[in-house]
Amino acid sequence: MSELTLTVMRLGFLAVLWLFVIVAVQVIRSDLFGTRVTQRGSRRESARPQQAARQAPPQQRGQQSGGGGGGRQRRGAPSKLVVSEGTLTGTTVTLQGQTITLGRAHDSTIVLDDDYASSRHARIYPDRDGQWIVEDLGSTNGTYLDRNRLTTPTPIPLGAPIRIGKTVIELRK
Amino acid sequence: MSSTTNPSTHHTSTIGAIGAPSRRNTELALLVFAVVIPVFAYANVGLAINDEVPTGLLGYGLGLGLLAGVGHLVVRKFAAYADPLLLPLATLLNGLGLVIIWRLDQSERLQQLAKSAYGVFTPSAPKQLMFAAAGLALFVAVLVFLKDHRVLQRYTYISMAAAIVLLLLPLVPGLGADTFGAKIWIRIPGAGTIQPGEFAKIIIGIFFSGYLMVKRDALALASRRFMGLYLPRGRDLGPIITIWAVSLLILVFENDLGTSLLFFGMFVIMLYVATERTSWIVIGLLMSAAGAVGVASFAGHVQARVNAWLDPWSCYQDSDACFQIGQSIMAFGSGGVMGTGLGQGNSDLIGFAANSDFIFSTVGEEMGLAGVMAFLLLYGLIIERGVRTALAARDPFGKLFAIGLSGAFALQVFVVAGGVMGLIPLTGMTMPWLAAGGSSVIANWALIGILIRISDTARRPAPTPAANPDAEMTQVVRP
Repeated sequence: MSELTLTVMRLGFLAVLWLFVIVAVQVIRSDLFGTRVTQRGSRRESARPQQAARQAPPQQRGQQSGGGGGGRQRRGAPSKLVVSEGTLTGTTVTLQGQTITLGRAHDSTIVLDDDYASSRHARIYPDRDGQWIVEDLGSTNGTYLDRNRLTTPTPIPLGAPIRIGKTVIELRK
Repeated sequence: MSSTTNPSTHHTSTIGAIGAPSRRNTELALLVFAVVIPVFAYANVGLAINDEVPTGLLGYGLGLGLLAGVGHLVVRKFAAYADPLLLPLATLLNGLGLVIIWRLDQSERLQQLAKSAYGVFTPSAPKQLMFAAAGLALFVAVLVFLKDHRVLQRYTYISMAAAIVLLLLPLVPGLGADTFGAKIWIRIPGAGTIQPGEFAKIIIGIFFSGYLMVKRDALALASRRFMGLYLPRGRDLGPIITIWAVSLLILVFENDLGTSLLFFGMFVIMLYVATERTSWIVIGLLMSAAGAVGVASFAGHVQARVNAWLDPWSCYQDSDACFQIGQSIMAFGSGGVMGTGLGQGNSDLIGFAANSDFIFSTVGEEMGLAGVMAFLLLYGLIIERGVRTALAARDPFGKLFAIGLSGAFALQVFVVAGGVMGLIPLTGMTMPWLAAGGSSVIANWALIGILIRISDTARRPAPTPAANPDAEMTQVVRP
């Protein structure tokens, strides 16, 4: 075999080997960016009532706030509501002084896909001091705070589980 | 208050894969590539040595292609969302290993050596192809029968016992085969010898993952701070000391520095990953250094290796260990940057174990620095995919298992490549897939099978919820 052919094959082999490495790295690269970020709750966000326009945010805000208290949140007050169990696990809603309704009805803030939930099951709202209250709206299967079935509007301690059917919700900082 | 911050942070984001790509076609394309490269290399070796395209070209090409094809179809069927790179990388390394082994089979020098030692020369390449087929069979079996890697979690303590039994088997009189200075083989009548340590590597990984998954909080949190290090409680130190002692016992009784290093290193890596405590790495390094120094000072076999590492030229004439290391270093040196070309080097001068422990020297001589780097990158990519799998895995057991397997793999590559290059003392371990030797090839195919299984579980898109509440019109009912 001529010297030239062997040299060409030698370099060609190294080139092909490196080409494989480069192609493999390209596959990894395309894997890195192969994710999609879905924004959830943006519609809710834009329709969310806004308190006094202290710092007019860039988004268009429709109405004035109905639910007072949000602007006067104290230290250690909860800032979001988190669904920790059930089909909606991971959903969070920022607490901004608005009332949050829970139920199977499609116009609820959190639409529960839960066989044990009533269509208007419960609501969570801040009282005048900014303390968040949960109230059962006459549901069939009841709303539980920790282990106790609610009979009256009850203040929610931070991190206490509110159980509706299979869904568990809690307030977090 | 939160509303004064950037409004976009209020959104809840879901991060998911686009359209659930399974990447199986990418894998197929890479596999074709991974079969073509060894075929090309094979033709190259034949042309360089015998001036003709080797007659076995079609056979080897078809054999490798068949193995790759079967592997691909099984992955497509049983692990559709697995990582697309693991199988092609393993196939390429195995194929190139076959070519290099075949090339060393052609060496007159090695044939003479074998004839004078055993009276007969048997080529290793056909055997290696058989082992590759057996390895692929085990790979297929792992994918078909191991539907969910979490099942292995149940066998935490059984696998500890199994691994220790496997490790101790070579010490059983009548079963162990004391060849080449290390007692790491067992002889099965009629089936040749196997190296149980290679399989124990995977099985002990199950034990470490299962154990650390349960104990990691105790190991991470119950510790005292001393001189910037978190020192664990005495009772939590128990397991690490036990593993250390076991690995030292292997070292002492089996003369096998490599396996003992691999086991201990794997445990330290997994301990570090499980607890996030740097102190484990420091403690582990100190303990392994103490163990190595202690054993090296009284075990002759290990001492010879250390001397060969410190200065191979001083004992070049009278010690086999020094001679081999010296030849290996010269092979790397004469390869230069671009190598001498496949089939045109003299790495067969290494003599004994040229196609197993020292196979990387042939890569160094005939493919040069460029080839060595490419090979190390191929290994690095496998390790990277393993670590990526561990990151993506959602269950702690799978995470630890994947990191343990890739860590052990990385350690093995480092220990072997470092050994033949003279970076660290040589330990009798095999370069995964390249080196001639059944146990290693079969065990590494099983390892890739397990990694593919874990990555399939990790990358499989979550089943879509029955009804997406956000898809409906949602309004806020204001008070």
